[in-house]
Amino acid sequence: MSPLPDVTRYDLRLASPLALFFAAFFVAPLAALVALSLRGADGGFGLSQYAAFLGDRFSLGVLGSTLWLGLKVTAVCLVLGFPLALVATRAGGWVRGVVILAVLMPLLTSVVIRTFAWIVILGRQGVVNSALSGLGLIDAPVRMLYAEGGLVAALAQVQMPLMVLPLMTALSRIEPSLWDASEALGAGRWRTFRRVTLPLSLPGLIAGAVLTFAAAISGFITQSLIGGGQMLFMPGYIYQQAIALQNWPFAAAMSVVFLVAVLAVILAFNALGRLARGYAQT
Amino acid sequence: MSRPASILDRLTFEAAVALLAVAALVLLLAPTVIVLVVSFTDGLSLRFPPPGFSLRWYGELWEAWQLHFALANSLKVAAFSTVLSVVLGVLGALAVARSATLSAKLLDSLFLSPLILPGLAFGLSSLMFFSLLGWPVSVTTLVLGHTVVCVPFVVRNTVAALTQLQPVLLEGSASLGASRLYTLRRITLPLIRPGILSGGFLAFMASFDNIPVSLFLRDAATDMLPIRMWQDLEGRLDVTIAALSGVLIVATVAVIAVMERLTGLSKRLV
Repeated sequence: MSPLPDVTRYDLRLASPLALFFAAFFVAPLAALVALSLRGADGGFGLSQYAAFLGDRFSLGVLGSTLWLGLKVTAVCLVLGFPLALVATRAGGWVRGVVILAVLMPLLTSVVIRTFAWIVILGRQGVVNSALSGLGLIDAPVRMLYAEGGLVAALAQVQMPLMVLPLMTALSRIEPSLWDASEALGAGRWRTFRRVTLPLSLPGLIAGAVLTFAAAISGFITQSLIGGGQMLFMPGYIYQQAIALQNWPFAAAMSVVFLVAVLAVILAFNALGRLARGYAQT
Repeated sequence: MSRPASILDRLTFEAAVALLAVAALVLLLAPTVIVLVVSFTDGLSLRFPPPGFSLRWYGELWEAWQLHFALANSLKVAAFSTVLSVVLGVLGALAVARSATLSAKLLDSLFLSPLILPGLAFGLSSLMFFSLLGWPVSVTTLVLGHTVVCVPFVVRNTVAALTQLQPVLLEGSASLGASRLYTLRRITLPLIRPGILSGGFLAFMASFDNIPVSLFLRDAATDMLPIRMWQDLEGRLDVTIAALSGVLIVATVAVIAVMERLTGLSKRLV
């Protein structure tokens, strides 16, 4: 008797329309980007665009401050998002419902609207300034728009759902009996958090950190509206070179450097996660 | 159990968690509420709290033909991109979901990779690519670019639904003599429909809100709503945008409620 055909799997060839589509409109454009970045100012092929970028203090500064901004936003999202995910997972019932709605709504409202809200909050006549002057704490409005603190707060709010959702998934997979066991064995809440909850939620934490970081550094609209003209980050810099100055080869080289830097940071996050997991198991 | 140290430990931990969670909740919700309140102002500026309340900016919205034009374009591009994403994405998900081969895993990563690549770099490379081909920017190029960034949502949600599908149902159907196509139509598709629907919904929203790709692939004839709003805000802080935001927020909440009923959206995202 011949073995029964496996009916639970589908032929991999079903993926060919999408694979072809990606080859034509995702891989080919990225290849075009790399090819264009290799064109020198004199028309010849070479690495002169990369040399120009990597040899320029200003450009490297922009790249550095973009990655640094991403790390700060990720840290804020983690510090605020982890307790929220913890509360939502442990509580259940209507508290969980409220948190999920609070997380989903910003995720699905336009980034422009969420950023716009921060203009209202941080502006000269905004919420924070009227509250501070109402309390008599300040005489003149404080400048928060076009300042880095304001930008970190706004980006953290815009990207926090990306941190909370994977964390909730990871936390809900932890057996509640592990918490009880840890407590019965004499560990306090802080110790249980450090030795049980945190290590077991690492996959969600890493996934959330990667998504938050990637979204924060490429959040062009929030960076340009809240950061204003004073602060320049990679997306704005690339846009300026490509559209305002029409310097496509340089913009292409910048994009490639940016892509590589982002991938490097994401790989570092993942390696850190593996390392921490290994440590937690010893 | 009730040693002072353990009480202190419990108290500080619970207080820290509760405090930070409340702060996060306020941070998440306050901006939306503030925009809704400001949109009803009767003043000319974005002062909060508003000096008085009126519907004047919602009236202005009715006259803002540029916003209407951009809205129509955005809806059109989002509709086409969603249909294309669902057709391509569901086929791709069926192929990679239950396969453990290396090529299936690689394809899965490829299909999801637009989620973490900086969208602006992809937008710029699309513009370069289409201009190399000699294709002028149009609704077509916008739909092609948007589909690349929308497909991952369909693939991810459909794959998740397929992994939860009991294989025994498919074997049962086959052993009763059903063809593979019949099983797909009568068993698989109905069972994974919530996953496809929520993936399609997220794809639609991703296209409707997309900025990095539209930034490079649109022109005056194909103005897109998020770009129009951004440019209006860069020029002057327009209260009409607050009214538009109010309309979009209410519409989004309504659609989320419908999708929650149809597909249990929140359970698929958490």
